[in-house]
Amino acid sequence: MHDAQEHANGCAAAAGSGALRESATFDRHAIAEIQRAAREGIYDIRGGGAKRKVPHFDDLLFLGASVSRYPLEGYRERCSTDVVLGTRFAKQPLHLDIPVTIAGMSFGALSANAKEALGRGASAVGTSTTTGDGGMTPEERLSSKTLVYQLLPSRYGMNPDDLRRADAIEIVVGQGAKPGGGGMLLGQKISERVAGMRDLPAGIDQRSACRHPDWTGPDDLEIKIEELREITDWQKPIFVKVGASRPYYDIALAVKAGADVIVLDGMQGGTAATQDIFIEHVGIPILAAIPQAVEALQELGMHRKVQLIVSGGIRSGADVAKALALGADAVSIGVAALVALGDNAPELDAEYAKLGSRAGFYDDWHEGRDPAGISTQDPELAARLDPELGGRRLANYLRAMVLETQTLARACGKSHVHNLEPEDLVALTIESAAMARVPLAGTSWIPGRDRL
Amino acid sequence: MTADGLTAEQIVTFDLSEAKPRELNAVLHDPDITSATYRVINPGGRHSIAVGAVAPVSVDIDGHAGYYCAGMNQLAHVRVRGNAGTGVAENMMSGTVVVEGDASQSAGATARGGLLVIEGSASARCGISLKGADIVVRGSIGHMSAFMAQTGRIVVCGDVGEALGDSLYEARIYVRGSVKSLGADCVEKPMREEHVAEVAELLQRAGIDDQDTADFRRYGSARSLYHFNVDDAQAY
Ligand SMILES: Cc1cc2nc3c(=O)[nH]c(=O)nc-3n(C[C@H](O)[C@H](O)[C@H](O)COP(=O)(O)O)c2cc1C
Repeated sequence: MHDAQEHANGCAAAAGSGALRESATFDRHAIAEIQRAAREGIYDIRGGGAKRKVPHFDDLLFLGASVSRYPLEGYRERCSTDVVLGTRFAKQPLHLDIPVTIAGMSFGALSANAKEALGRGASAVGTSTTTGDGGMTPEERLSSKTLVYQLLPSRYGMNPDDLRRADAIEIVVGQGAKPGGGGMLLGQKISERVAGMRDLPAGIDQRSACRHPDWTGPDDLEIKIEELREITDWQKPIFVKVGASRPYYDIALAVKAGADVIVLDGMQGGTAATQDIFIEHVGIPILAAIPQAVEALQELGMHRKVQLIVSGGIRSGADVAKALALGADAVSIGVAALVALGDNAPELDAEYAKLGSRAGFYDDWHEGRDPAGISTQDPELAARLDPELGGRRLANYLRAMVLETQTLARACGKSHVHNLEPEDLVALTIESAAMARVPLAGTSWIPGRDRL
Repeated sequence: MTADGLTAEQIVTFDLSEAKPRELNAVLHDPDITSATYRVINPGGRHSIAVGAVAPVSVDIDGHAGYYCAGMNQLAHVRVRGNAGTGVAENMMSGTVVVEGDASQSAGATARGGLLVIEGSASARCGISLKGADIVVRGSIGHMSAFMAQTGRIVVCGDVGEALGDSLYEARIYVRGSVKSLGADCVEKPMREEHVAEVAELLQRAGIDDQDTADFRRYGSARSLYHFNVDDAQAY
């Protein structure tokens, strides 16, 4: 058995007897972190999203139809799932068949095969993928029917030909995993190809800037958006992506700056590589962010006119349905899509153990040694992921998610998933009731809105 | 005949007191673009003038331009007979952009190819995140210039503000005047023969012939931040 596992089991047994008392403050993880920092002298960098428990969609329930509400027949009566993104100014809005999109993940963080698999899977079910902090690869453009091209602070690989080849443009202001942070791709993942696309030498650590180089603040952003529209002849929808921190203000400002679509990423949102301290301590849960964003849109008369895509810890059709019920038009997924491709697969447990992790726990995506061949640039590892098979798995997962979403929508009597509404929801905890602005189950109380 | 040997009929004029930059830009994006010279009068500081051009045409802007003039330029030769706002020639791919007056912040930001000439001075963040283009400034440039500049060359005949070349990668910087301070990991390097030749070539391409190349000093990356090292933490 794995040493650490044996040790943990031993500790658990000792603690279970009541003889040893673990500190709630200095718990095992806190102690291990102090020991690691004392050894290495540097903060922990990892991939993935926040691991701490925060109020989330699990804390909400659907009420379902009964005497006063009329349900729709499962498997029979139509429950539509299509979504149109970018109806405000763009001549060519995106028409997606499902309200689940694939979030921006860079070529560099992910292998070319992984990017291709994402494209194949998404295209098979009629949804979009998104480039990331490393530019657009031809494989990705070919495999993705609908491709959103990110304009990030680093501007790695940015060029007008790819802007025109894209189906939409996403200006990344921030990410939920690290609102206010830039990026870092460690040297071991900077292959010649990755380096060439970024105009940097191979093998060195690459900092992705945290601020855009040519605009600051909402007034500049408005002019920047106009420039991108001019370059692409007003054809492409322009998305603005923000990490959830002050969504009420950020969304109002993004709308004012002329965004067609807002992407709002909560603190649980994944990343390829960020300081653990940043992932766990900056930003707010997506559950708390959506109602603020919807409020801003409604006050501006822009709800459903400027579409809202939300992300950060979306795993199932239940999460999708709840996000839509709170007022989002679509969701996007990062980590879940990687897991669907095969990341953290139990068959790879022994290999994860060799890296000091286990299947289900692996998050050192920045190191480039991913045995699943997904978060790596090592040609041998990358070859392990068959893009066709990966694409099929992702398509299966997306289909299942959509079926789940429809199941819940029909139970609430909705013929379109967008007809889900906050009125269909209740909360299990006072915290989630206050954040999601829906009543605590069994009461009519929305803390923060109503008096006790 | 004009000085360029073109007949007057081949010059298309856009009067931005009547037309919008949209009309000009649409023409500049036309794959079948024919006319060789476009003249823009009364630009009035409008934003996004001549952005995303795709053909080797000339665009002559008779006055001041706003933000992002000649942004993402490909092949075109753009001349601003006035000042330019924030982000002139941002992410330029190729061609030339000449500003006869001064340029605001982030001139040539992330530009990947071509030549940007500023005959006056440029403000802060000139050449920020430069990715392969060349920038020649006859006057001075502001603080945080060449921040995180990756590749490409910057020649400044005047002075430079604080924190030149902070977090610099492989871009090369030549300055004739004073440098207020260098940013993290930016150092002065010896001017060898090939560097003098490089300055001479860039000045010549920029049409500047009254500078003594021997007066320029070279700055580049010490490359000490290329691999994160905890002992360098104070430098970040
Ligand atoms: C491996 C990986 C790479 C990412 N790269 C980028 C990126 O380049 N640009 C970006 O805006 N977001 C990036 N993200 C964040 C995602 O776009 C998205 O916001 C996040 O993954 C959503 O949360 P989820 O992972 O819980 O679904 C990345 C996420 C992951 C997991």
